[in-house]
Amino acid sequence: MQVLEEKHKLATRWFHWINFPILSAMIFSGFLIYWAYDPYRIGLGGITLFHFFPNWVYDATHIDHKLSIGMALHFLFGWIFALNGLAYVVYTVVSGEWRELLPEKKSWIEAVDVAKHDMGLKVSLPPQGRYNAAQRITYSAIVFMGGLSLLTGLAIYKPVQLHWLTALLGGYEWARWEHFWLTMGYVGFFVIHIAQVIRAGWPNFRSMVCGYDVAKMEATHGD
Amino acid sequence: MVLGAGAAAGVAGWAYLNSGAPEGDIPPALRSVLGFNERVVRSALYDNGHLARTYPASAIGKIKVNGDIGLDDDVDEAAWRLQVVPFGAAAPASNLTIADIRALPRYEETIEFKCVEGWSTVTQFAGARLSDFTAKFAPGSEKAECIGMKTPDEEYYVSVDMTSAEHPQTLLAYEMNGAPLDSDHGAPLRLVIPVKYGIKNIKRIGRIEYTNSRPSDYWAERGYDWYAGL
Repeated sequence: MQVLEEKHKLATRWFHWINFPILSAMIFSGFLIYWAYDPYRIGLGGITLFHFFPNWVYDATHIDHKLSIGMALHFLFGWIFALNGLAYVVYTVVSGEWRELLPEKKSWIEAVDVAKHDMGLKVSLPPQGRYNAAQRITYSAIVFMGGLSLLTGLAIYKPVQLHWLTALLGGYEWARWEHFWLTMGYVGFFVIHIAQVIRAGWPNFRSMVCGYDVAKMEATHGD
Repeated sequence: MVLGAGAAAGVAGWAYLNSGAPEGDIPPALRSVLGFNERVVRSALYDNGHLARTYPASAIGKIKVNGDIGLDDDVDEAAWRLQVVPFGAAAPASNLTIADIRALPRYEETIEFKCVEGWSTVTQFAGARLSDFTAKFAPGSEKAECIGMKTPDEEYYVSVDMTSAEHPQTLLAYEMNGAPLDSDHGAPLRLVIPVKYGIKNIKRIGRIEYTNSRPSDYWAERGYDWYAGL
C-alpha cells in the first residue's frame, strides 16, 4: 500500500509555479534587450571560444531585435518577479521553512556524495530531510541569485537615481555583466533541475503540484 | 485545474498584450506600465540633487556615432539659428546664434553616455546649462511641464520633462572632448542630458519649445519609454 505524505506546502507551490513563467518572461525579454548590444563571450584577448550569442540563436527566434518591447515586458514582469520573490523569502523565514531549505554545516561535504550518486557512481545517498544536501545548497543559492538579479537590474535601470547601488556593484558596465551571468546561471540551473525532476519520477513531480509525495517506506513482505 | 486556468490566463494575457498596437509602437497595456513606472520614479526616486557620476579625462573612450536622423545635409554653422518658443507663445520669440549660447556660463562635464542599446562610453562635453538658457531666453518657462526640441529639418525630435531639463548636468553642448562638435556628433549645438538615455540627447538642435502638451518624441513613437530616465 502506498502512503502519501505532505512534501511541499501550498505557499511553496504557488511561489514556485508563479516564478517559473515569470522568470521565463524575464529571461526572454532580457534576451531581447541584450540583443541590442551583445558583447559577452567566453574568451581572452583576441581569442573568442564562444560568443553570446551566435547568429543561429537570434535567427531561431524568427523575430528581428525588438528592444523596445523587450524593455517594456521586462519592466512589467519585473514587478511580479520581485514581489513574488520577496514574498517567498518572507514566507520562508516566517514559516520556519528555512530549516528544510538552508544548507547545514554538513551539507557542503554531503553534497559531494549526492553529486557522485546522481552521476551513477556507487555511493549511497546520505540521510536527508525534504531536500538532500545538494538541493539545499542549490535551492538556497538560486534564491540568493534572484535577489542579486533584482539588485543588478535596478542598478542598470537607474544608475543615476540609485547611483550608490550601481557604484557598489562596480559601475554600470559591471552591473550589466553581473546581471547577464546570473541569468546564464538560471539557464544552467534549469537544465540540471529539469533533468533531475525527470530522473526523480512522476510522483515527485506531482508533489510540487498537489503537495503530496509517496512516502519512502522500508521494504516489507508482499509489497 | 489551477494549472490549466493559469495557462489559459497566460495565453489570454499575451493576446491582450499584443492587441491594439499601432505599427512600431508597443501595446497600450505595456505603455501604461511604462507610465506607471515613470510616476513611481518621479514621485519616489528622482531628485535633481542626484548627479550622474563624473570621470577623470583618462577614462574618456571613443564614442560611437550612433544615429544620423536629422543630420542629412551639411549644416551651415554661420547661418544656423536656434528658434526658441517660450511657454505660452504661439511662435518663436527669438532666433539665437551660437555666440548667444557661448555667452552663458560654460560648464564642462565628463560623464558616461549611455545608449538605450546597452553600451556606454565616457565622454567629455562642454556647454551652457539648459537651466541658465531657460532663465535668460525664456524666463518663466520653468513652469512648463515639458521641453521639446527638433532638428532644423524636423526629422528628429525629442521631448523631456522640465524637472530633468533643469537638472544641473543638463547642457546645451557645443564642445566634445575639448573641441567644437563635429557634424557627426551634432554640430553646432546638441543636448547632453546624463539623467536620460542617449535617445534624448538630440544632435543639431534647431528649435526649442516650452509647453504643457507633451511634444512628439521620435523613439517614444517607436515603442520606447518616453521618460527614458536613468
